[in-house]
Amino acid sequence: MKTLLILGGGTAGTMVANKLAKKLDADHWRITVVDKDETHYYQPGFIYVPFGVYQPEDTMRPKRRVINKRVDIIFSGIEVIEPEAGRVRLENGQNMAYDILVIATGCEIRPDQIQGLTNAGWKENIFDFYTLEGSAALNTFMEKFEGGRVVLNVAEMPIKCPVAPLEFVFLADWYFTRRGLRDKVDITYATPLPGAFTKPVASQTLGHMLKDRGIDLAPDFVVSEVDGNKQVMKSWDGREIPYDLLVTIPTNMGVRAIERSGMGDDLNFIPTDPKTLQSKTYENIWVLGDATNLPTSKAGSVAHFEHEVVVENILRQVKGLSPKPAFDGHANCFIETGFNKGLMIDFNYEVEPLEGTYPIPLVGPFSLLKETQINHLGKLSFRWIYWNILMPGHHLPVTNEMSMVGKRKFVPSLAQN
Amino acid sequence: MVLTKSAVEFTAEGFMTDPKAWTPEIAEEIAANEGIQLTDRHWVVINFARAEYEATGEAPTLRRITKASGVETKEMYSLFPTGPAKLAAKLAGLAKPTGCI
Repeated sequence: MKTLLILGGGTAGTMVANKLAKKLDADHWRITVVDKDETHYYQPGFIYVPFGVYQPEDTMRPKRRVINKRVDIIFSGIEVIEPEAGRVRLENGQNMAYDILVIATGCEIRPDQIQGLTNAGWKENIFDFYTLEGSAALNTFMEKFEGGRVVLNVAEMPIKCPVAPLEFVFLADWYFTRRGLRDKVDITYATPLPGAFTKPVASQTLGHMLKDRGIDLAPDFVVSEVDGNKQVMKSWDGREIPYDLLVTIPTNMGVRAIERSGMGDDLNFIPTDPKTLQSKTYENIWVLGDATNLPTSKAGSVAHFEHEVVVENILRQVKGLSPKPAFDGHANCFIETGFNKGLMIDFNYEVEPLEGTYPIPLVGPFSLLKETQINHLGKLSFRWIYWNILMPGHHLPVTNEMSMVGKRKFVPSLAQN
Repeated sequence: MVLTKSAVEFTAEGFMTDPKAWTPEIAEEIAANEGIQLTDRHWVVINFARAEYEATGEAPTLRRITKASGVETKEMYSLFPTGPAKLAAKLAGLAKPTGCI
């Protein structure tokens, strides 16, 4: 009996476990998932909690309910991975030997990395929304907020869900408008990037949208410290932004077990082959989801497109075949823009987000880089698709690689500032 | 950008298109264009960035530079006032850091 061990039972780990549960010969392979948390969180739901659109319960399910019954689940933290010995030591004392290892441990926010962030004001008027506790606490604060300076800061790239900070300010604009408070609220988006997003075309479109909504953009802002007493956020180049509410997306890093194992880079992300998704160092280790160091977004859609490649390559490895370099960096995202509208973007390693329709040319139904109500409905309905189609490993009728069909190249008329 | 002394190609943003064509003299010219006087400390960072590029194929991020070159963030901002990792890459003749997505 051989062992396929999967570290991490979140989005990526679950999809790999559930697909291989159906495809890997049960007489010869045991599949085991290790995770420290019994709850599976629908992380795309967290953005809605501060605004009361979702309740915390709407984002949670027990992992046992989501993972195929054939798969053994061990709830424990990871002490250390010992790839030379082909074994993982768990915090509960167990030693797990493996024949093939899948690392899907994701990434976490590290508020401790920003000086002053967790001192005065933390969880009082400084909040994250990348954890359920953070977003729920922020909701409590928002409901009582009657006006002032709302500042959202992204500390450092990469982050998981790079569109979420923008969604936050768009939704805040909508939320305060609905409450009749918009003229009493200043919203500032402070980012280390030179623009609203990481890719040029999307950055222009999104930059315009910020301006249209009266949301101030503070670009090239690299936070050096937060003074919670004076309620001021400072940058390394001497700028200071005062706040009444600071919403932070702190440094994102791979989990500490990766650091303990000496397997990660400066941010604890694992060097991964960008096309095969094999570990760059160990042939029998596969990496996907937020835990990789790949130059594409850390997003659920990426985990989805990656898992198809990982599953196929593991099945090939079991048969003694070489891996297919099939992953193209495909990512797509819905971006809530408020007032029941949303954007969608679709891109990969080579091609930035372009206008067009998705997934079917001309028909869509989703419009790329354009605000539509259908996009917004798409994002809301995605939760059902996540639990009922993606997680169980059912087929989703979209191409795994990004498609250029239906896309339009950058139109110069957009280049007006 | 056109340098007065060297015939080297740059992107619209001012990054060299061919890192192999870089010389220390070119760095001096780029620095002059950016209004920076290169000191030994600048050169520690520039040499570090080139070594990282040799090893990884990428210009180093600010995090990487401050972790491993011996030059910390505060000093980076005083040496390279506008976007230090980007500026260091420019001076070292490297392509723009891919940073993130």
